[in-house]
Amino acid sequence: MKIFRRLLPWILLAIALFILPAILSDFRLNLFGRYFSLAITALAIDLIWGYTGLLSLGQGIFFALGGYGVAMYLTLNTESGAGGNGIPKFFENYGVDQLPFFWQPFWSPAFTLIALWLIPAIVAGLVGYLIFRNRIKGVYFSIITQAALMVFFHFFNGQQKLINGTNGLKTSTTELFGQLVGSSDMQLWMYRLTVLLLPVAFLICRYFTTRRFGDALIAIRDDEQRLRFGGFNPVPFKTLVFIVAGALCGVSGALYTVQSGIVSPQFMSISFSIEMVIWVAVGGRGTLVGPIIGAILVNYLRSLVSEALPEFWLFVQGALFIFVVVLMPDGIYGWFTGGGLRQLLAAFGMAPKSRTYPQLDEEVAALNDLS
Amino acid sequence: MELFFSQILDGLSIGSVLLLAATGLAIVFGLMGVINLAHGELMMLGAYVTYVVQSIFRPMGGIVFELYYPVALVLSFVVTALVGVLLERTLIRKLYGRPLETLLATWGVSLILIQLIRSISTAMLLGILVAIAIGYFGNRVLRSKMAEKPYLPYVSGLFWAIATVIGLVSVNLLSSSRALAGAWFGPRNIDVTAPKWLQGSWGSIAGIELPGLRIFIILLSAVLLLATVWFLSKSAWGLRIRAVTQNRQMSNCLGIPTDRVDSITFGLGSGLAGVAGCAITLLGSVGPNLGAAYIVSCFMVIVLGGVGNLLGTVLASLMLGLIQSVVGSGSLLIVFPDMPAAARGVIEFFATTSMSLVLVFIFIIAFLQFRPNGMFPQKGRSVDA
Repeated sequence: MKIFRRLLPWILLAIALFILPAILSDFRLNLFGRYFSLAITALAIDLIWGYTGLLSLGQGIFFALGGYGVAMYLTLNTESGAGGNGIPKFFENYGVDQLPFFWQPFWSPAFTLIALWLIPAIVAGLVGYLIFRNRIKGVYFSIITQAALMVFFHFFNGQQKLINGTNGLKTSTTELFGQLVGSSDMQLWMYRLTVLLLPVAFLICRYFTTRRFGDALIAIRDDEQRLRFGGFNPVPFKTLVFIVAGALCGVSGALYTVQSGIVSPQFMSISFSIEMVIWVAVGGRGTLVGPIIGAILVNYLRSLVSEALPEFWLFVQGALFIFVVVLMPDGIYGWFTGGGLRQLLAAFGMAPKSRTYPQLDEEVAALNDLS
Repeated sequence: MELFFSQILDGLSIGSVLLLAATGLAIVFGLMGVINLAHGELMMLGAYVTYVVQSIFRPMGGIVFELYYPVALVLSFVVTALVGVLLERTLIRKLYGRPLETLLATWGVSLILIQLIRSISTAMLLGILVAIAIGYFGNRVLRSKMAEKPYLPYVSGLFWAIATVIGLVSVNLLSSSRALAGAWFGPRNIDVTAPKWLQGSWGSIAGIELPGLRIFIILLSAVLLLATVWFLSKSAWGLRIRAVTQNRQMSNCLGIPTDRVDSITFGLGSGLAGVAGCAITLLGSVGPNLGAAYIVSCFMVIVLGGVGNLLGTVLASLMLGLIQSVVGSGSLLIVFPDMPAAARGVIEFFATTSMSLVLVFIFIIAFLQFRPNGMFPQKGRSVDA
């Protein structure tokens, strides 16, 4: 049993890497690739919400920033070579003939690889520091992050001349290493990359939650006041964990963008960012396995429902929010590990008999023998 | 200059709508510490109630139709207040003391409300009623038969699930009849025509036209605000609400029925949202997604104004309305034509409705660096430091 538990992650990884690509169609595999990339976002949210108690409704900002980073690199290096003008085609629609300055560094692949997590991290650090410094927390924090999200959404949505506004940037028609990003070969590689990066994200989150740093995070969640009276300053802890979460979301957004084929301001819609939170809630917050389960499960459910009854998904999603919050606050994983299954069985009189001291029966028997 | 004044009037009327909506949100937040993400959807409900009332009054024509609007105002308050009380009794009460979870649950409610308005038809209404009836009465039977049994909660959950499936099936069956299947509103926007006495101008002051609609909205929110203030400061229930806002446990000890206070406050807040929705119908066409456009602005008002202080809410909402309309329309450039080029560039950059929101947010974050608890922070030991 113990050895099974040790091997389980490797088994799952092997299934995801070798078996799923063999049995699923290209379309389904691509969907699973997206779920896995979204699971990284769920991990990030778990880090700040499940462990630190900061419910951010604005993680879409960092998700989209990562996505835009990779999309800018791809558009720039594909389209401007062919166009001859030296700039991506969509700029012509708005009469722009010079590349905006912030596009320049995205010529370089090395810069892009760094930027897609560093830029979200910097933005997260800035926003986080300004909020945490003033001891803004709880519901206030949530609505300020949501307002920040709205602001970024409007900025990206309105700036056609800088970033193609509401149309977003298409990546499926761009090329990488001389191959179309949308081609099934390339998508398979992207899938593998995602499958390999998800455990890395998991390990990063475990690194931050298991040592003293993690204890401080949980202390902030449970009683920040007391932590402060104990002589700790919670601001650096909160800021740092917010930065880490932002960076993870950036990576996740980049992976999602190359697999969905487009990045648009819709990544920063209010509803998408709240949805991210519900993945964590369904899976089980405060655990690292829960969010991964939740992200995959909820998104799979979403695909199923929206394929069958598209207008029905909002009902299901709304009911899911209410159900999880009211009846299953620890999520699926927390329900299992918290003995939910045993309680269920016990309610129907099927619980396994509670074990007593192993020696007790023998001793009673021995006593009986004596007499 | 005239353009500038009309922009200011515009800003004031947008601010008044915000004020109506944010007052409800702020009272509930101050009392229960709960942010209601379905508040915008309650506004949307108010707007749709107005639409329904208008549709009922339209065939009567003439002077009777002109009077539909006051009726709609009252009804939108009553209907949304009832929905709010229902919401509080069934859901919010269960989550007391867990504000972040309440946030998520009310978001779930808002999703359901949006989709409900989009796709409700007679068939669907009947199906929902069937499901609720089966679930409710079935559970009463279950409860009497299986009282004290440990598996009762699981069985009753299962029963609700079965009732939902039965409801779905009956919607499907009923939808085969063309007359029942048609959606009442559909996903598209609806239009409410303002009554004649609100259209056109209400005279002019110093050569500046006073558009009736705008003035009416400003007056409406002023009257409602005064009524709310009167209710909170002079009436017996208002006194109880204020007591619970200040110290819930102590009020409870002194015999104030806090659960009824919660219901009344939530109903009042929701009702104000409904009236705000009713006012929004005058400003343009409305759709199921109406809530999302206003809710974030309402939050900004609360953050800026501080909790539990209506004066802060008033100032903050008027300020936000003014900034949005004056900066967003770019009319500053017309009023002050000879500005330095740098300032000109900045103003042009922010001169759209969405970019003015960006400016507002930057302003709020900057403001919070100096006054982290809003304009009028609560004082006293009960405030969580």
